[in-house]
Amino acid sequence: MTQTPFLLLSRRRMLTALLATTAAATVGLPPHTVRAQVVPPRAGGKLRMVAPFGSALQSLDPHATYESQDMAVSKAFHRSLYNWDSAQNTTVLELATQVTPSEDGKTFTYKLRDDVYFHNGRKMVAEDVIWSYSRILAPGSSLSAISNLMHIAGSKAYMDGGADHVEGLTLIDDLTFSVTFDGFIDPGFLLFESVTAILPKEAVEGPDFLSRPVGCGPFVFVEHVEGSRISGKKFDRYFKPGKPYADEIEYTITDDYSALDMAFRAGELDATVLSENAYVMYSQDPVLSQGLIEVAEMFTRHMGMNLEVKPFDDIRVRQAINYAVDRDIIIKKLLKNKAFKAVGWLPTPSSGFDATRAPYAYDPAKAKALLAEAGLADGFAFEAWVTDATSSLGVLQAMTPFLAAVGITVTPKVMEAGVLVEAINKGQAPAWFRSNGTGPDPIAALQSFDSRRPRSTNRGGFKDPAFDAMLDAAVATLDPTARLALIRKADGYIFEQAPVWFHNYNKAVVATQPWVHGVDANVTEAAIIEVDAVWLDDAAPAR
Amino acid sequence: MFNILLRRLVQAALTICVVVTLVFVLFSVIPGSFASSLQADKRDVSAEVLQRLEQELGLNDPMPVRFGRYVAGLAQGDLGTSYATKRPVADMLSGRIWASFKLACAAMAFAVCIGLPLGFFAAMRQGSWLDTATMTIAVSGLSVPAFWAGLLLMYLFSLTLGWLPTFGYGAGGMSHLILPAITLGIAPMALLARTTRAAVLETLGAEFIRTARSKGMSEQRLVIHHLARNAFVLVLTTIGLQFGSMLGGSVVVEKLFAWPGVGSLLIDSVGNRDIPAVQGTVLVIVLFFLLINTLVDLAYLIVDPRIRYR
Repeated sequence: MTQTPFLLLSRRRMLTALLATTAAATVGLPPHTVRAQVVPPRAGGKLRMVAPFGSALQSLDPHATYESQDMAVSKAFHRSLYNWDSAQNTTVLELATQVTPSEDGKTFTYKLRDDVYFHNGRKMVAEDVIWSYSRILAPGSSLSAISNLMHIAGSKAYMDGGADHVEGLTLIDDLTFSVTFDGFIDPGFLLFESVTAILPKEAVEGPDFLSRPVGCGPFVFVEHVEGSRISGKKFDRYFKPGKPYADEIEYTITDDYSALDMAFRAGELDATVLSENAYVMYSQDPVLSQGLIEVAEMFTRHMGMNLEVKPFDDIRVRQAINYAVDRDIIIKKLLKNKAFKAVGWLPTPSSGFDATRAPYAYDPAKAKALLAEAGLADGFAFEAWVTDATSSLGVLQAMTPFLAAVGITVTPKVMEAGVLVEAINKGQAPAWFRSNGTGPDPIAALQSFDSRRPRSTNRGGFKDPAFDAMLDAAVATLDPTARLALIRKADGYIFEQAPVWFHNYNKAVVATQPWVHGVDANVTEAAIIEVDAVWLDDAAPAR
Repeated sequence: MFNILLRRLVQAALTICVVVTLVFVLFSVIPGSFASSLQADKRDVSAEVLQRLEQELGLNDPMPVRFGRYVAGLAQGDLGTSYATKRPVADMLSGRIWASFKLACAAMAFAVCIGLPLGFFAAMRQGSWLDTATMTIAVSGLSVPAFWAGLLLMYLFSLTLGWLPTFGYGAGGMSHLILPAITLGIAPMALLARTTRAAVLETLGAEFIRTARSKGMSEQRLVIHHLARNAFVLVLTTIGLQFGSMLGGSVVVEKLFAWPGVGSLLIDSVGNRDIPAVQGTVLVIVLFFLLINTLVDLAYLIVDPRIRYR
């Protein structure tokens, strides 16, 4: 089909705008606070950070792991084509200087920086990008990053062994390449996490990459004591002039928040994430409260419901549950205000967040009326499958009296997180508690309710052609304003349909020492800190 | 002695066979899999990835096939490759065994150095303030949970006094070892104090002690040649059992102090349903336990020669 030049130009402009304006279009920027930098950054010292979500890293191969823990550490050693810019609340080019979208909006041509070096001393070229992405999609590969690259044109054929290369990846010259997707996709959302890091082939294929990673990040790997710490030293050929500021970095690997609290107070850590209880104590402390960075993360905590199981197939029952519970008191008393009340599936920092939408009010009378309409005037009983976490069993226990007040009896069934997710995916759990990643790509987040998706994505089994059509329309729309309007409409529709009990968006809190500067508030995961920008002043004990 | 070693060797082989089979079967029938554990985090891994992972790791093969594959590898000294890290389990264990062994030795040294003399002197001064104080310490030591004791020690020595690092392995030096070792050693110390006291009291009441005393034997000679050697058999058993269980049983302390030991690897691997890593870790713990038991048996022969003739 021939298109007029005007239309072509218009579409390209629109696409460029779409790529560049996630932040501009964002309604609610994260309510975070970052200590103002009043003096120029100082170089030197050792950063003492923490990987706070487990007692070990899963893998030192960034392509193989989607764990928050590993991605926090990867920030020190690896870089991807894009990066998350916390100040702008969007993705920005990292390893490239320029991206040019094609007329049809599906191909993006990148011009790489010519000053990027790997830790082994070799200069990064476009072939490294092609090789890194092809490695992820290779036949037989089971690397986690497949999820991010599956929309590259020809990826399926390559993965299945039906093609000898990925059709959508084209090498143009040493510093230029293009990526073609099978739809209208913002590549920044897919290519900014360390799971799509650009790696040197010779190092990955070497004998010890899994124990001695090589990347092009700000720090060169030094040592990994499995289950305890990982460290690096400043990479002198890092492509950002003057960065990283610190000479060394060390992550302590632990998820024991009591020990982290002790170590932070003892001055042995420069930054750490806080639990609910620690947040209360730190907030009330005149000194410690000065270094708190509060981040509205892109995670939506909810109670999922199996919509193929009665009575959750009835919208009135689902809405009744949403009206029956006083979220405010649970957030205040149980979660110590370390959460933001959910007013939809898309969280506050998401570009698709609708700040004008009112949350479900606490209205037991309305809940009872809805139950009566649904033929359940005497209430009903169900089992909720939970883990023993505060955000799961704790919240359920807090909900129980509210549900009982409208005649709903709920019984907890406690199990391990992995067992729970398997049960949910098999459609065995009637109801469950979970925190879902709901950003930064709002469309990917809303696909949790796409009826054509497998149960591992659409966990409740939500089936609504009207919603699917809204999602399709948003995907097919290039104009950023129109696209956002469709996304918000779809999110609003989900809010009305109430396939989940909307609880909260996690408020992550990072505590920083007075001598630490430049810690960003990363809404995609607060613990993933942009360590190349962090610096220590003279008061730091590790200078 | 040769017979004892041979018997122990046969018992060890049987124990290992049973443990390996049991762990494999149990992990194959309980709910959850490595693939599902990947989705336990907040980010969803796509169904495509999970499907490929299951295929790559052979998780869809029947249990006997998977077990056969594992045993065949084990017979060649291959502990397998971790599902999670994709690294050989032997490599993962090598660093951790040393850390765990070091921690266990330090904790046991603390327990023996404090618990043994305490129990001994308490028994020698039965009913005195020393006896009462020792028993109070012993009961407290057994009652206080390790994580709580560890936090108190952290608070005192790291936060308040600033003498020792709060947690971590550091460069493997003594300063990082002290707090976890004391925390891990408190309960065995208390148990040793109680056991030693009871053993010494029992021996003190024995006829041969009364006979030795009536023959005019000096108290020092009596203690060294008769009392200590006889009481030590029971104490040795306690030391062996406690030491043996420390390698796998120190998980709380390892987690609290970010200590890179075998116990925390086991817990993480169980959570991940990483069967090769679980098998390898359990195997190491069992072997360690068997080795300690054998060493204790041999020590009996030295301490009490009568055992050789039974």
